[in-house]
Amino acid sequence: MPVSEDEVKKLKVKAKEIRKDIIDTTLAAGGAHIGGALSMVEIMTILYHKYLNIRPDQPDWKDRDRVVVSKGHAGVGIAPVLAGKGYFKKDALSTFNQFQSKFGMHLDSLKVDGVDVSTGSLGHGLSMAVGLALGASLQKKPWKTYCILGDGECNEGSVWEAAMSASHYKITNLITFVDRNRLMIDGATEEIMGIEPFADKWRAFGFAVREIDGHDFTQLSRAIDKALETTGAPWVIICNTVKGKGVSFMENEVKWHYGSMNSTLADQAKADVDNAI
Amino acid sequence: MAKEITGTTWTVYDSDTLTQAEIYGRVLCDLGDRYPEIVGLSADLANSTKIGNFGKKFPDRFFNVGIAEQNLFGIAAGLAKSGMLPFVSTMAAFATMRAGEQVRTDICYQNLDVKIIATHGGVSFGPAGSTHHCTEDIAITRAFPNMTVIVPADGVETANAVKACIDRGGPVYIRIGRGFEPPYYRDENYGFEIGKAVEIAPGTDLTIIACGITVREAAEAARILKETDGLSVRVLNMHTIKPLDEAAVLKAVEETRRIITFEDHNVLGGLGSAVADVIAASGKGCAFEKVGIPDCFAIVGYPEDLYSYYSLDANAITDKVREVMGRDFEEDEDWEDEV
Ligand SMILES: Cc1ncc(C[n+]2csc(CCOP(=O)(O)OP(=O)(O)O)c2C)c(N)n1
Repeated sequence: MPVSEDEVKKLKVKAKEIRKDIIDTTLAAGGAHIGGALSMVEIMTILYHKYLNIRPDQPDWKDRDRVVVSKGHAGVGIAPVLAGKGYFKKDALSTFNQFQSKFGMHLDSLKVDGVDVSTGSLGHGLSMAVGLALGASLQKKPWKTYCILGDGECNEGSVWEAAMSASHYKITNLITFVDRNRLMIDGATEEIMGIEPFADKWRAFGFAVREIDGHDFTQLSRAIDKALETTGAPWVIICNTVKGKGVSFMENEVKWHYGSMNSTLADQAKADVDNAI
Repeated sequence: MAKEITGTTWTVYDSDTLTQAEIYGRVLCDLGDRYPEIVGLSADLANSTKIGNFGKKFPDRFFNVGIAEQNLFGIAAGLAKSGMLPFVSTMAAFATMRAGEQVRTDICYQNLDVKIIATHGGVSFGPAGSTHHCTEDIAITRAFPNMTVIVPADGVETANAVKACIDRGGPVYIRIGRGFEPPYYRDENYGFEIGKAVEIAPGTDLTIIACGITVREAAEAARILKETDGLSVRVLNMHTIKPLDEAAVLKAVEETRRIITFEDHNVLGGLGSAVADVIAASGKGCAFEKVGIPDCFAIVGYPEDLYSYYSLDANAITDKVREVMGRDFEEDEDWEDEV
C-alpha cells in the first residue's frame, strides 16, 4: 500500500524535524558528515516511521527488523532518528564527538541503542546485512534487513562480493538502498571513479532494481512495497538524491561532505529547512 | 649510493603553520620534480592526506582510484613492478587493515619500492571512533618482512622521513597523524637517519622511549622532572620502529636500567613490544613498562583529551616516570652474574 497523502504530509514534517536535529547535532559536535546525512533523510524517515517493526523500549528485541547503515560516516543522520524514536533522549545528542561520549562520528553498536551493527569503514555493511538476512531465514524469522549504501562506497570490491552472494543465496528478506547523491569526498563519483552504468551493474549481479527519486516518499514507498512483496531476487533501490538536501548552501556542494557550523550558519540552515516545501 | 637531496628545507615555521600531512604533500611535490618515476595514489582521500597536492602538480602521475583500498595497493604494486616509484596515501586503518594483504603479499613479499604514507594514525582522529582509529598498524607492519616502519615525531621529521625513504630500498610505511599535532623539532638538521634513534635529552636515571606525538610530550616531561624532582631522564625519539635501533635500547638498559615506552598504539605489538624483545633477549635486568592504548577499542573524544586519558601527555608521562622510579627495583651493578 503506497503512502496516503496524509501520511506523506506527516512524513515530511518528520523529515524536517530530523534535518533540524542533524543540524543541531552537527553544531554541537563541532563538525560532522552532514552532507550525506541530509541526503538520506527521506530513506531513514520512511523506514523508521512507516516500515520498521522495532521496539525502541526494547532495543535488543530478537524479532526486530534490522538496519545496516553501511555508509557509517552518516552517523549524524542516524542518531537523531533513533532519538526521535525514543531509543534515548534527544539531549544526549549534544555530547556527539565529545570526550567519553557514546556517540562518535561512526556509531558503535555496543554503545548506542538502536544501532544494529557498527559501521564506518566503507564496504562492510552489505556483507553483514547478507549475514543477518541468512540468519533470519535459517531461524525462520520473519524480520527483514534494510541496508543503506553510499554511491562512492560502491567503489569497494567488497560491496560487489556481497551483492554476488545475495543473489547466489537468493536472499529476498533484504532490501538494499543506494544513496545516489553523486558525490564522494574528493569530488563527483563519475569523475573520481565512475560507477555507471550503475543499475545495469546491479542487474548483472542478479538484483531486481528500481531507480527512484530518493526524496519522494510516494516513490520510496512504492519501491519498498514492491520489494517486500516479490520474492524472486534481492532488491536494490537506487535513490537519486541531493547531497546536503534541504540546506541551500550545502546542496550538491562537495565541501559539505564533512563540515562544521557556527550558530548563525546553523540558524540559517534550519531556516532553509523550514522554508522548503 | 644514496642520492643526495638538496633544496627545500623545513623549519619550525612550516611545522607551526602546516600539519604533518601538509608538509608531506609539499615535500612530495618537490620530490616529484626531481624523480620523474614518482607516482601518487590515493583512494578518495587525496585532499585529507594531502597527496592531492602532488596530484594537482602532476595530474598525469596521479591516480585517485576511488574508495577501493585493496585495488589501490594492488595497482601500486603493479606500478612498482613496471619501474615507477609509487607513493600511496590513505588513512592508516585502511592501508594496514583493509588492504593489509595487498600490502603484505603484493608489496612486501615482492619487496617492491612502494612508499606508504598513512595518515590518521593512532587515536589522532579521536571523535571518529574505532573504525577510524588505528592502534594496530605498527604491530601489523612490523610483522611484514622487508617493511621499514617509521613514526615521525612531527611535521619536520615527516619531511625528513619522506625524503629519506626514497633511498631506502623496498617498502616503507610512514605513519603520521590527522593534523594539528604540535611540532617538536625546530628545523631539519638534527641528524635524522632511518634506523637510528635520536637522543633528545640525556639522562641516567631512566629512559623514555617515544615515537610520534609522544616525543614532544616526553621531552617536556623530562624537563619538568629535572626541575621539580631532580631526575635525569633520557629521552629517545625512536622514529624508526623497524629496523629498531637495538644498540640505543641496550645502551639505555646498561646505563639507566629503567625504561618506559610511550606510544599512541596498542601496548601489544608496537614500539613497546619491539623494545621489550630487545630487553628480554639481552638477559639484563631492567625495570620496564609499556604505556599506550591498553588493548581496548579506544573511547571517543578529541585527541588531546585521549592522550591525557591514556597517559600519553607530558603530565601523565611525568607521573608514570615518578611511579616507575618509586618501584622497588633491585639494582645490581654486577652485570657479570647475569646471562
Ligand atoms: C574503507 C574506507 N575508506 C575510506 C573511508 C573514508 N571516507 C569516509 S566517507 C567517504 C566518502 C563516501 O562517499 P559516499 O559513499 O558516496 O557517501 P556520501 O556521499 O553519501 O556521504 C570516504 C572515502 C572510509 N570511511 N572507509
